[in-house]
Amino acid sequence: MAEHKDIDEVSGTATTGHEWDGIKELNTPLPRWWLWTLYATIIWAIGYMIAMPAIPYITGYTKGVLGHSQRAVVAEDVATTAMARAAQASQLEGASLDQVRSDPDLYNFAIAGGRSAFAVNCAQCHGIGGGGAPGYPNLLDDDWLWGSGVEQIMLTVRYGIRSGHDEARVNDMPAFGADGILTGAEIRQVAAYVQKLSGQDHDAALAGEGQQLFAENCVACHREDGTGNRELGAPNLTDGIWLYGGDLGSITASIGRPQNAVMPSWVDRLDPVTIKQLAIYVHALGGGE
Amino acid sequence: MHGVIDETIVERVDVAAVNAAPRRSLYAKRQKIFPKLAHGRFRKLKWAVMAATLAIYYVAPWLRWDRPGDAPDQAILIDFPSRKFYFFFIEIWPQEVYYITGLLIIAAMSLFLVNSLFGRVWCGYTCPQTVWTDLFVAVERLVEGDRGARIRLDNAPYTAGKLGKRVIKHAVWIVIAMATGGAWVFYFADAPTLLVDLVTGQASTVAYISVAVLTFTTYMLGGLAREQVCTYMCPWPRIQASMVDEHSLQVTYRGYRGEPRAPFRKGQDWDARGHCIDCKNCVAVCPAGIDIRDGPQLECINCALCIDACDEVMDKIDLPRGLIAYDSDENMIARAAGKPARFPWLRARTAIYAAVVVITMIVMLVALSGRSVLELTAQHDRAPLFVELSDGSIRNGYTVKILNKVHEERTFALSVAGIEGAKVDVAGLTGETADIIIVGPDSLRSLRVLVAAPRDQTGDIDFVVRDLADGTEARHDSQFVGPKR
Repeated sequence: MAEHKDIDEVSGTATTGHEWDGIKELNTPLPRWWLWTLYATIIWAIGYMIAMPAIPYITGYTKGVLGHSQRAVVAEDVATTAMARAAQASQLEGASLDQVRSDPDLYNFAIAGGRSAFAVNCAQCHGIGGGGAPGYPNLLDDDWLWGSGVEQIMLTVRYGIRSGHDEARVNDMPAFGADGILTGAEIRQVAAYVQKLSGQDHDAALAGEGQQLFAENCVACHREDGTGNRELGAPNLTDGIWLYGGDLGSITASIGRPQNAVMPSWVDRLDPVTIKQLAIYVHALGGGE
Repeated sequence: MHGVIDETIVERVDVAAVNAAPRRSLYAKRQKIFPKLAHGRFRKLKWAVMAATLAIYYVAPWLRWDRPGDAPDQAILIDFPSRKFYFFFIEIWPQEVYYITGLLIIAAMSLFLVNSLFGRVWCGYTCPQTVWTDLFVAVERLVEGDRGARIRLDNAPYTAGKLGKRVIKHAVWIVIAMATGGAWVFYFADAPTLLVDLVTGQASTVAYISVAVLTFTTYMLGGLAREQVCTYMCPWPRIQASMVDEHSLQVTYRGYRGEPRAPFRKGQDWDARGHCIDCKNCVAVCPAGIDIRDGPQLECINCALCIDACDEVMDKIDLPRGLIAYDSDENMIARAAGKPARFPWLRARTAIYAAVVVITMIVMLVALSGRSVLELTAQHDRAPLFVELSDGSIRNGYTVKILNKVHEERTFALSVAGIEGAKVDVAGLTGETADIIIVGPDSLRSLRVLVAAPRDQTGDIDFVVRDLADGTEARHDSQFVGPKR
């Protein structure tokens, strides 16, 4: 069959020799280099299946003679990275803020690690830039509930706020309305007085009556002048920054049924170096003292 | 007209153009080409150009250029680790990569200009593919002999002698290829240091891989692929057709003079026939294996070796030179009609190409001479856009970057303009010198800057750095954002 080549007259190309109803198929073989490439890839694939993990079983898979595992590679990479960071990490662990600041490399190490950890763990509530949201504190401003030194920030990150951890920062603003401590009218009076404290437009008559109620119920934590108490995490009521909103409605709501929001504790989830990096990063965002 | 074909004066070569077949199959194997050595003006010119271009390639990275401080002293250096490009007195940072655009515009337009004037002289003389192929063929000729000997050797069965010649040829090729790849990496690191490192096995893996890849490609493209690179791989033969016009000088067979061609017979009457004696020497010397007498072709790289071959033959048979010569299509018609040739160098397309080249050069020179050695950028924080402070004022955060492109440390004062009562706070700097910023030689310092201002002061803000030593300033504008009122 291969001896007598049938050449198509029009194209000058050999045909396959088959004929269907007078139609002949031209024989245009694949280019040689293409075929050899195909064969080479087939041989490669067989070798690859022997050498590398390839065929899945129901509960496992062939391991391959090279014993390659991507999980092991990742674990190795993580270990290598940890090794590379180990020296700076231990240096950071023992350093004070001033020491960190005076060493640009160490400072950059802390900031870079803090930025990364912040984006993964903190940005969900506090915002990607730390700008916060109603109910979630803004970490860039100069108004801090529990103090803004690196140590205070670190303590907050470590144990959280009302997180249930034994060491957590805890305070409990009473629900003056919900628990029936004050009547609705009284709450409106106190709210008006708080507005006065922070320099807002307010109803002077209500505020005057609220002053007495404030002295009776609020000064233990918020102090007589309303400037708050960082020891207790009591907010400063005289400035322009409000965690749950500073308008009359929000203030009234916060007195009647305070939210007492929770920040989780991170001590069991993050290592001490990461927590220190986070504290230094947050401190450097702009609000740190 | 009944003389005998005289082979003693001119050797007739038995050769056919590789692209002569009227219908070429796409699956045809490459026809081997055994270029014969040409002698003459253009061959000499090509040797000279080869020597010059190879010398530039190999010597350039070894030139030294004294630079102050820690900056490298290599005249031409592409410094990837520190992201800088040094070229004698020019130094380019990544931000200034647009200078490369200027260089590319000049290179492309010069290529177009030369092409519209003289055709593919780039392809014929200076293209690395041409230079290295020419070098590889020269080696082949040295080892295996000229055309006839090479054909005989190629057809001969494998003997120790043939094997020996082939081994020597490929060995020399590989040495040249390694030298080519080896020289390439010197452009990317300090050449003397790298040479020692390469030889002692201390150089980086990337360096060895680069050398290996370039060794392979040089051997492959220069030794084995040769004219196939120009014919099948290179886009330029396709593009250049639009760059030439009827006035462009190209290697041309003067058919009006050569035809009808016929073998040379002694004592014949030249008036009754063309001057082409069909000796096919022009085909034999062609590195692309084509017949210039078929007219302009995609495969022709305009290397002019056929001119040399033909001139030599014309000398032997006492006819004027120039049956094949650099000529334009227009002049071919004029000469055929007995009119004088014209060379209008100044044409719309040459003028435009030249003007673009000159303008780009001027722009580049102005840009380079006015290159600032101090740059400032200020990028406003994206989130949050602003922060309200407890006293009611507003604070914005910025990432400010100061580029010191001088080889010495400089001290700057940072300030802002355009916002009344603005308080500038540079993160990490406190005390009396909080606005004094030191930037190391050839480096960039990134600062986090917080600007606080009263609530009503929003709008345009300018950051200003001033060199405390010489008073030079750089500015960058940004926005100071506050809450909507």
